[in-house]
Amino acid sequence: MDEMIRVRGLTRHYGELVAVDHIDFEVHRGEIFGFLGPNGAGKTTTIRMLTGVIDPTEGSASIDGHDIRTKAIAARRHLGILPEDANVYVDLTVWQNVMLMGELLGAGRRERRLRGEELLETFGLQDRRAQKGRALSKGLRQRLMVCMALIGDPDLLFLDEPTSGLDVASARLIRQIVAERNRRGLTVFLTTHNMGEAEELCDRVAIIDHGKIAAIDTTEGLMRVARSRQSVDVEFAGESPPAAELEAIPDVTAVKRDASRYVLYSEQPGQVAQQIATLATERGYDIAAISTRKPSLEDVYLFLTESNGSP
Amino acid sequence: MSTAESGSALLSQQARGAVTVAKKNALIYYFKPPVLIFGVLFPVFFFLAFSLGRSMPADRIVPAMVAMALWFTASAVGPLVTPWERTSRTYERLISTPIAIQAIVAGDVLSGFAFGISFSLVPLLLGLAFTDTAVASATSLVCGIVLGALAFSSLGVLLAAPPVHGPSYIMMLSNLVRLPLLFVSGIFVPIAEMPAWARWLAPISPLSYCADCIRRGFGETGYFPFWLNPLMLVLFSALFSWAACRFHIRSRAHGL
Repeated sequence: MDEMIRVRGLTRHYGELVAVDHIDFEVHRGEIFGFLGPNGAGKTTTIRMLTGVIDPTEGSASIDGHDIRTKAIAARRHLGILPEDANVYVDLTVWQNVMLMGELLGAGRRERRLRGEELLETFGLQDRRAQKGRALSKGLRQRLMVCMALIGDPDLLFLDEPTSGLDVASARLIRQIVAERNRRGLTVFLTTHNMGEAEELCDRVAIIDHGKIAAIDTTEGLMRVARSRQSVDVEFAGESPPAAELEAIPDVTAVKRDASRYVLYSEQPGQVAQQIATLATERGYDIAAISTRKPSLEDVYLFLTESNGSP
Repeated sequence: MSTAESGSALLSQQARGAVTVAKKNALIYYFKPPVLIFGVLFPVFFFLAFSLGRSMPADRIVPAMVAMALWFTASAVGPLVTPWERTSRTYERLISTPIAIQAIVAGDVLSGFAFGISFSLVPLLLGLAFTDTAVASATSLVCGIVLGALAFSSLGVLLAAPPVHGPSYIMMLSNLVRLPLLFVSGIFVPIAEMPAWARWLAPISPLSYCADCIRRGFGETGYFPFWLNPLMLVLFSALFSWAACRFHIRSRAHGL
């Protein structure tokens, strides 16, 4: 498959601290690639290296075949970037911000005006085009920053926590537009703390922890990695069996109790559910509700980033 | 596309980027209070301190005022831009565009250059309109103003290059550099009449060569050989711009 980003042994030191430690991954053209990890895991440092804000200490990376160090200008030519820590120019109006970024990204005058009008319309900023950046709320400012990232009609869009701290409407709008642009061929590199967002948008996800890649796969693939996080939820009406009786069921790795409800973790949740039903019939317990549950991306994330990964 | 064609396309793209950066700076920074205070009010107050109560011929005051205005205005924009952008978190956005550091520095120099030339025209035109001074050598005057603006603007950009957060530190640093140089550059007292130690220091200041050029433009006798003035101003411009680029590139390598 055609690679938009290729990273090999990319490393970044800050003095003694190794923020990113020999990571390798590829992002395929046309996919939405999620880059997840706890605070300080190295997500933003990776984006800052890929977008030319800081130099790597070791390793190499290329964007659309252009090495980020030796062909830096070519590598940055078709990027749209929404940095987590960046801001709009607060002394410029909404329109001036968008036009300035279009000009810096090399878009021609007619092209950037047309695109600018369309983007302001899409992001609901037409009425505020003459408003200064400093007068915008966080949500509107973030919308403006997405406009600024898209004005150059990029092939690759870096989004660093794009919906963090936003109101529901702004966050949803940004997600919708990212998904829609992706359907038209845009490749997206997304970091987020919002697991629902990653699950909804991403084709593949990498999880980074302490500067190293812990896992890369499709969201379904990652969920299979955390098979021991699969569970059976069972609620009893009336008398409940003692926890030890449930722990004794073969293939159950752990049991958690919450009042009359039990969560039994197992790599074989279907078989465990059948055995619970058999046990209840034999001992006369009344099952009020029973269901099996696959791990969510959040479960996988916690499984991979927690120290022992046990439930 | 051949290598030469792609090279010229890249150069033209970077030149457009530099002009865009300069336009952005003009829109945002020309009317910021630090620029107006250190770039416009400073030379006015120095002029008043220099001329009030002293009977000095206009042909000495006008060149001094033009050179001093150019010195302060051209070097006022540069020190503000990068520290301000680092603080307001727009610097990262700028350096992740396909514009090279060299073009960003060129844009910053260009914005200081245009600001310096525009404001130095005010004392020049006032002097020509309301005093009996006259231009004796337009070449020397234009050369002094244009190359002086370039050198001073480059100095301003260099002063802003160290990676600090907050414009106040850089504005203080820029005044620590600009004020002492002002006194050894033959603005208030011609270099030939300054004490020996000051005459030794005068050649290290780009303002000395600019002021000498401007004085010649108004028909005064120069201190340095005529050819040396433009040469030194070009060399100072190149040196300051190169050093500013090195600082920016090093800061990026260190992630500052």
